[in-house]
Amino acid sequence: MTYDITIDGKNYRLELNRADGRWSCRLDGRDVEVDAVLARPDVLSLRLGDQAFEVKCERVAGDMRLWVASAGFAVEVRDPRSLRGRVRAVDDHGPRKLTAPMPGKIVRVLVSQGDEVEAGAGVLVVEAMKMQNEIKSPKKGTIQKILVGEGAAVNAGDVLAIVE
Amino acid sequence: MFKKILIANRGEIAVRVIRACHELGIAAVAVYSDVDRAALHVRKADEAYPIGAPAASESYLNIQKILDVAARSGADAIHPGYGFLSENAKFAKACADAGVKFIGPNAAAMDAMGSKTRARKAMERAGVPLVPGTSRGLESFEQAEEVAARIGYPVMLKAAAGGGGKGMRLVHALEELTSALEGARSEAERSFGDREVYIEKAIVNPRHIEMQVLADEHGNTVYLGERECSLQRRHQKVVEEAPSPVVDPDMRRRMGEVAVRVAQAAGYTNAGTVEFLVDQAAGDQQKNFYFLEMNTRLQVEHPVTELVTGLDLVHLQIRIAAGERLPFTQSEVAIRGHAIECRIYAEDPDNNYFPRPGKITLLLAPSGPGIRLDGGMYEGWTVPMDYDPLLAKLIGYGTDRDQAIGRLTRALNEYFVGGIKTNISLFRRILSDPDFRAAKIDTGFLDRLLQQKRAEAPTDPKTIEVVAIAAGIFAIMGSAAAGAGERSAANDSSNSKPTAPSNWKSAARKEATR
Repeated sequence: MTYDITIDGKNYRLELNRADGRWSCRLDGRDVEVDAVLARPDVLSLRLGDQAFEVKCERVAGDMRLWVASAGFAVEVRDPRSLRGRVRAVDDHGPRKLTAPMPGKIVRVLVSQGDEVEAGAGVLVVEAMKMQNEIKSPKKGTIQKILVGEGAAVNAGDVLAIVE
Repeated sequence: MFKKILIANRGEIAVRVIRACHELGIAAVAVYSDVDRAALHVRKADEAYPIGAPAASESYLNIQKILDVAARSGADAIHPGYGFLSENAKFAKACADAGVKFIGPNAAAMDAMGSKTRARKAMERAGVPLVPGTSRGLESFEQAEEVAARIGYPVMLKAAAGGGGKGMRLVHALEELTSALEGARSEAERSFGDREVYIEKAIVNPRHIEMQVLADEHGNTVYLGERECSLQRRHQKVVEEAPSPVVDPDMRRRMGEVAVRVAQAAGYTNAGTVEFLVDQAAGDQQKNFYFLEMNTRLQVEHPVTELVTGLDLVHLQIRIAAGERLPFTQSEVAIRGHAIECRIYAEDPDNNYFPRPGKITLLLAPSGPGIRLDGGMYEGWTVPMDYDPLLAKLIGYGTDRDQAIGRLTRALNEYFVGGIKTNISLFRRILSDPDFRAAKIDTGFLDRLLQQKRAEAPTDPKTIEVVAIAAGIFAIMGSAAAGAGERSAANDSSNSKPTAPSNWKSAARKEATR
């Protein structure tokens, strides 16, 4: 298998194959000696040469985050033969959804439908555990739709508004 | 001894008390709100009763519902934990009226300590050192001006019924006094329905040190040493330790004797904590300490005292409530070693420590020498948004402070909570801070630490290599593949990824729906 791997915004090419219980691995064209044991789901014991590492995998709403010791990395794994890259590129130009990062209650709606917003401008305020959190616009554009009203209870991942 | 105890609480403290009950051969009754059916305390209990809607006022704060469960279950005592009804004198009285033993002080002692001005007056009579100021509410601006001039600026205005930093104003000079007094009064009115505000000398960057006391119902009161609680954020404690690095045996004895006097003046029984402010400006030799308030409950941070005294405070609370005498005297209490507690919260360090509930997808708990973990969570559980975001308390114990820090740091590196955000990284920062290691801490420490820009350490290329290769292996093997210890090569990649979405498939689906 060949993967394009993005770690915190930088790209790497990984070739990974298994045969006779052994991994063969090339990272950016360089051979790496790999031995891996999945200790339990989402926890990998990895040996590169003689050095040992424990890697934890966190998956939240389709995003993958890997942890080595106490450092976390946002990771994206793509198969270069797939069309996903193209699909994502289109996504960035189209309408973007604002979703609730956590379950909570909408305490304020700061804009109206049709308003122009800058990237980073506050759109809604969600309250959870007696604390308020502003949900910001991911891009400059127009508020196409607001799907919740003040006082509404929302779950993590619920779409709150769409900015075009 | 009691046969059955109802625990009127949730989270880690409910689990803590249930464990103590089982250790003493007592049955434990849990109560739970609608969002807590799957909570750990319900799983650990012998009986569990629903008490209504998630809002605490409908469930954990509802005195009638809890007493109904006590009657239905036949519980002969109620442990209130901390928070919720633990310091509610009406609840203590209602328990007594219903013939159920409240594990804590009686209503009168709670009442005496409930109002800060009333407590101040009682303590003044008992000869307890107080921060200079008034023991009654301010009647006029002129009076405030006169007292402030007498004790000297800066001064602190405080709500008599207050707590949690509400109705508090720091005043540096006369010009600020009028607006601060108005602000404190209206905030006190809004928060507690009581406009009474009093004035105290403000102690700048004090240490917050508290003394654990224990009193039986036969007139015996002892102190169990102090806890250093200076590491706070928004007036909430974050790290606590015992003993305090600045308290020597002589100061411990003096503070302890004052704390015992405070408890006796209030007719106090069971476990309680007397809080003091310690003025560091006075120099190293003669530190002044002042009575702040008394907490009439078991504290969140009680485990650090348990570790350095070798006592179990919850066992003792239960024994005292059952009418037993204290099984030891003051001279038998010895402090040994050092303990530090970290409060693990579901909050996002990258977003100003905003609470972040959600589902815990992966939980790796630390263990090993000198580590105690009091938790209320488990893997697969969804942290509800309705309550305080405290998930667990991680406590490190060692022969001395350095060893406790070393063990705690090691344990924090073993600790992993996936799927939600936690403040675990904050403790790594605190524990490695040179001032913390040198025990140079005060109540302003954490705000100063959080204002510092973190030096971005460049990522080791080896780590990036590890992450890239692990990402590829996780993608091939999928999260649900393979049991513990199974060799990855033994799995057939063609049928082993029910949860890892195939990029081929998702791309194809996206294409198909266009």
